[in-house]
Amino acid sequence: MMDTEVDRELLEKIADLIGKPVGAFNIRKDTGCDGRQSTDHIKITGKDDKPGIDIRVLPGTKGETCHIPVIITKPGISEMVYNDFYIGEDSDVDIVAGCGIHNCGSETSRHDGIHTFYVGKNSRVHYSEKHYGEGDGTGGRIMNPQTIVYLEEGASIQMDTTQIRGIDSTKRYTKIVCGPGAEAVITERLLTHGDQVAESDMEIVLDGNDSKGRVISRSVAQGSSSQIFRPLVVGNARCFGHVQCDSIIMGTATIRSVPEIAANSTEAQLIHEAAIGKIAGDQLLKLQTLGLTEEEAEDRILKGFLA
Amino acid sequence: MLELKGIGYTVREADGELGILNDISLTIDDHRLVVFTGPNGGGKTTLAKIIMGLVKPTSGRILWNGQDITDLGITERAKLGISYGFQQPPRFKGLTVRSLLTIASGDGKLSKDRCCQYLTKVGLCANDYLDREVDVSLSGGEVKRIEIASILARGSELMIFDEPEAGIDLWSFARLTETFEQIHAEGRATMIIISHQERIISLADEVVVVGDGEIRHRGSAQEILPKILADTTSICPVLTKGGVSK
Repeated sequence: MMDTEVDRELLEKIADLIGKPVGAFNIRKDTGCDGRQSTDHIKITGKDDKPGIDIRVLPGTKGETCHIPVIITKPGISEMVYNDFYIGEDSDVDIVAGCGIHNCGSETSRHDGIHTFYVGKNSRVHYSEKHYGEGDGTGGRIMNPQTIVYLEEGASIQMDTTQIRGIDSTKRYTKIVCGPGAEAVITERLLTHGDQVAESDMEIVLDGNDSKGRVISRSVAQGSSSQIFRPLVVGNARCFGHVQCDSIIMGTATIRSVPEIAANSTEAQLIHEAAIGKIAGDQLLKLQTLGLTEEEAEDRILKGFLA
Repeated sequence: MLELKGIGYTVREADGELGILNDISLTIDDHRLVVFTGPNGGGKTTLAKIIMGLVKPTSGRILWNGQDITDLGITERAKLGISYGFQQPPRFKGLTVRSLLTIASGDGKLSKDRCCQYLTKVGLCANDYLDREVDVSLSGGEVKRIEIASILARGSELMIFDEPEAGIDLWSFARLTETFEQIHAEGRATMIIISHQERIISLADEVVVVGDGEIRHRGSAQEILPKILADTTSICPVLTKGGVSK
């Protein structure tokens, strides 16, 4: 496990892992299992019928973290992985996923994953997912993650997704269905450069009374990259939904931002906001008056925007 | 010491050139507090921006501590000890007040205590603001005070403030003037403050009245304030109706 420098670097980048993780974990490397550990309260088992794992969090589990990173270090790998999470009632857990690709060959490396969460009553999940690519090969680095979440009464999920550089093509799909009193918050951070392509479809379905959904998406498109966002919040009950998409556009990049809100109940309160713009000239000038060069100022503005 | 020698600034328009500043020469000795005042559109902000490098003059030279900085960029001037508080500061999504003060100070490990000191000097409670983003959620007055705090954190040898009082409430304004007074008394920095406020003008070692792109008057606050008042009434047709100022 974590044999090479490449492994260690990728794991640190995508899951902040330095050394063997504490608690439950499953490390998937080049389509195989590179290490797995269950705890008394979090059980991880491999699937028999298809690639992937089942993660079962026993009811009442609090304050535990589960790491399930995926790394691809060889060119030419293409995989589809199914991970299912069963979170028992009254739990409070952190799940750290993420995928890192190191491709120094000429063949494309591709990871597609479908994560499905079943979150029990009154449980809280913090799910973070980082995507990262590196390597000087000409082969593409592709990731297409799908995340489907079902929140039972009073359950909540805070989902943080980050993709900063290195992934040539991504098509992500996220769907969260909220029961009564459930709450979903998605924060998305994305930076594309070169001729990268990123597409993100999101759907939060507010089915139960007093459910809440919030999407906060911030992206930066550099070079000649292109991005498309389609966040949708559907209100089917007495609920509150808010979509906020902000993008900074640079170079010859293109961005499409298509937020949508749909109400099927008179009690639904839904808001959307979307903005695309370049870095304001006065922001750069201000930071230059504080001693930063123009390049440093730009970097600092982007870093803050994507923090 | 700051020396402006024959500074001119013109812009090209469809029907010829428009002069914004015309042959301005001025020397400001170290640790002086100089107020630039005068009517709107008279060229005060352009002159201040030329000192910071935000605007490039079309003629003349600028010397800072004997070094000709006319051709230097903004960053280089900042590194030589010049700072500038904007009249309308920009807002930054994602950049916290603490980050901004940290960048300004040039000390990557700026302590919370130091941040608190800077914010207190502009009448803000640090606990309410340190982790807030400098974005549209802040009022104009709040952003303005954070802007001034960033100049205090920078601690430059030359501090330029463009209408620091604009948008600030009376209570914070009183705190702010105390801060200017304190910096001046400590003799740490040279200050150029663009202002129309009598309270700030009265703090000045020297007042420079800029109008129509030229220096109209120079002198102490006691000398200049009556002249400003006279100018104000003489250009108003109502107050001077019948040839008598009322």
